[in-house]
Amino acid sequence: MHLCPEIHQLMRSPLDFAHILDEIPLGILVMDTDLRVVHLNRFFQALTGFSLDMARGVPCRNVLRSSACIINCPILATHRKNRSISCTSDIINTDRQKLPVRITTAQIMDTQGHFTGYMETIEDLRSSASNDLEKNVAYSFANIIGRSQKMETIFQTLPMLAQSDASILITGETGTGKDLVAEAIHQTSGRAGGPFIKINCGALPATLLESEIFGHMKGAFTGAVENKPGRFKLAHNGTIFLTEIGDLPLPLQVKLLTFLDDRIIYPLGATKGFNANVRIIAATHRDLEYMVSIGKFRKDLLFRLNVARVHLPPLRERGEDIRLLIDHFLNHYTKKQGKEINGFSEPALSVLLNYTYEGNIRELRNIMEYAVNVAQGTRIEADNLPAYILDHEPIQRVSKMPAAEDVQNTQSEQLPSSTAPQREETEQTWSAVERQMIIDALKTSRGKKNKAAQSLGMSRSTLWRKIKAYQIE
Amino acid sequence: MTLHKVAIPILGEEIVPRFDLTTEVIILTTAKVSDIQDKKIIVLPRSSPDELCHTLLVQEINTLICGAIEDEYYEFLKWKKIEVFDGVSGAWTLAFERWQTQTLNPGDILFTRMVEGYLI
Repeated sequence: MHLCPEIHQLMRSPLDFAHILDEIPLGILVMDTDLRVVHLNRFFQALTGFSLDMARGVPCRNVLRSSACIINCPILATHRKNRSISCTSDIINTDRQKLPVRITTAQIMDTQGHFTGYMETIEDLRSSASNDLEKNVAYSFANIIGRSQKMETIFQTLPMLAQSDASILITGETGTGKDLVAEAIHQTSGRAGGPFIKINCGALPATLLESEIFGHMKGAFTGAVENKPGRFKLAHNGTIFLTEIGDLPLPLQVKLLTFLDDRIIYPLGATKGFNANVRIIAATHRDLEYMVSIGKFRKDLLFRLNVARVHLPPLRERGEDIRLLIDHFLNHYTKKQGKEINGFSEPALSVLLNYTYEGNIRELRNIMEYAVNVAQGTRIEADNLPAYILDHEPIQRVSKMPAAEDVQNTQSEQLPSSTAPQREETEQTWSAVERQMIIDALKTSRGKKNKAAQSLGMSRSTLWRKIKAYQIE
Repeated sequence: MTLHKVAIPILGEEIVPRFDLTTEVIILTTAKVSDIQDKKIIVLPRSSPDELCHTLLVQEINTLICGAIEDEYYEFLKWKKIEVFDGVSGAWTLAFERWQTQTLNPGDILFTRMVEGYLI
């Protein structure tokens, strides 16, 4: 049953209640006195993954799925205390992500003043919850740390790009912070109040990806038992972040191009499109110019995405930033783990400053987390570092990488053809190195995965995923 | 006859909405289409997803039917060859019946839908 609730007597014509709620940039949930869902808005759906069709008539704690629901339901507290309650909590959405939120509850009265139900607003706290233990505003754009010339150039232009509402393409090797930059751009833009929806174009099979991104109509294919809005609709008035855009299949590239031209989205099986006010940020570690040259990526799509391009340099090209990041992560993990470590021995520092960091900042972060975990004294010693980096050849600091990308209003540039094979080689080498590291760590720990994970500076679940991905077992 | 162990984190008679906030797990031993051979409830001293995962492995669970679970634990349990039906909500008995008849899917909402006391 499709409801169209109305608001009467506010204006001359009845107003569409659902439409008004959909324009509010907070998740809104309306419940009856039995805490069953009566209505929810689009922002709530974007946060939790539950549509109104899925949630209506269901007890709210099975839809919101917040820890507060289980530990100390704020709705029941509102009823007991007869006033609004606000609390911070977290939810797990249908993508299995845990998100920090603030929940505010209120009772709803009818026109006679009788208690009729409840309303909850859910505020997404992700932007304020990344919780840097220190804030070094002079050197950072949001949570991004850097002082090198290449990062300074990026910091100077990012705020302007954020405000411009232009499509942005972020390139760079894995672990250079593309996700962080994308989110920072959103949070600094005029769309910060709107949703930030991320899609990994390489994570889903092509058949599911179209439906996931653009939505589908009921009956569009076998199994399509209801309309699904798709991520673009959920991102309305916000930002959609397409990571691994190089993995987007060609047919979907066409559909994306249509959106960039007309701002209209056509869900799968739909005869009519809808206007979506969405800003696109795309990211890739691949060489898109090379992919265009071999016919794997559309040139016209690259031109449209490339309106503003941000290239994040690999860590080995960021000079003094390595020391800055080492100190930042030392401070972060020391405080997180309640240790008193205030520096490095000379040998440890020398190893850290001369390591190649093929996994870039992500690898540096893992190494520091491991070192802080393992260190016993007040300094990080060389033998507190993962064994594999002690055996590594020191970095050759003279870099042959191409010059930094122009970040403002460029057309696509033809990168030197030597760049594509060199980048591929780096990726292959890193995969082979990482696979061997894992095997060596497992040998050293005699098959004990917990120990191996610790020695590699990874969480257990990350090690298990990599073991599966590399088919080591 | 191959016996199969199914674990369902519960809160009263319902599946607990959050895997990581489980303090009680019911473990049912059965062959897929026959009666329950054994039923026991494990009460955890505190809610801890790591400890719950450990319990599931120690108990040699084959299938987990649960509510919302974080991806890290979902992937871990799948890696450990446990079949996971996550995002399921409603009465645990109904979820188990659906599993027995192979009509259970991840994300199934098994509540009777009602608003203001009326079925919808």
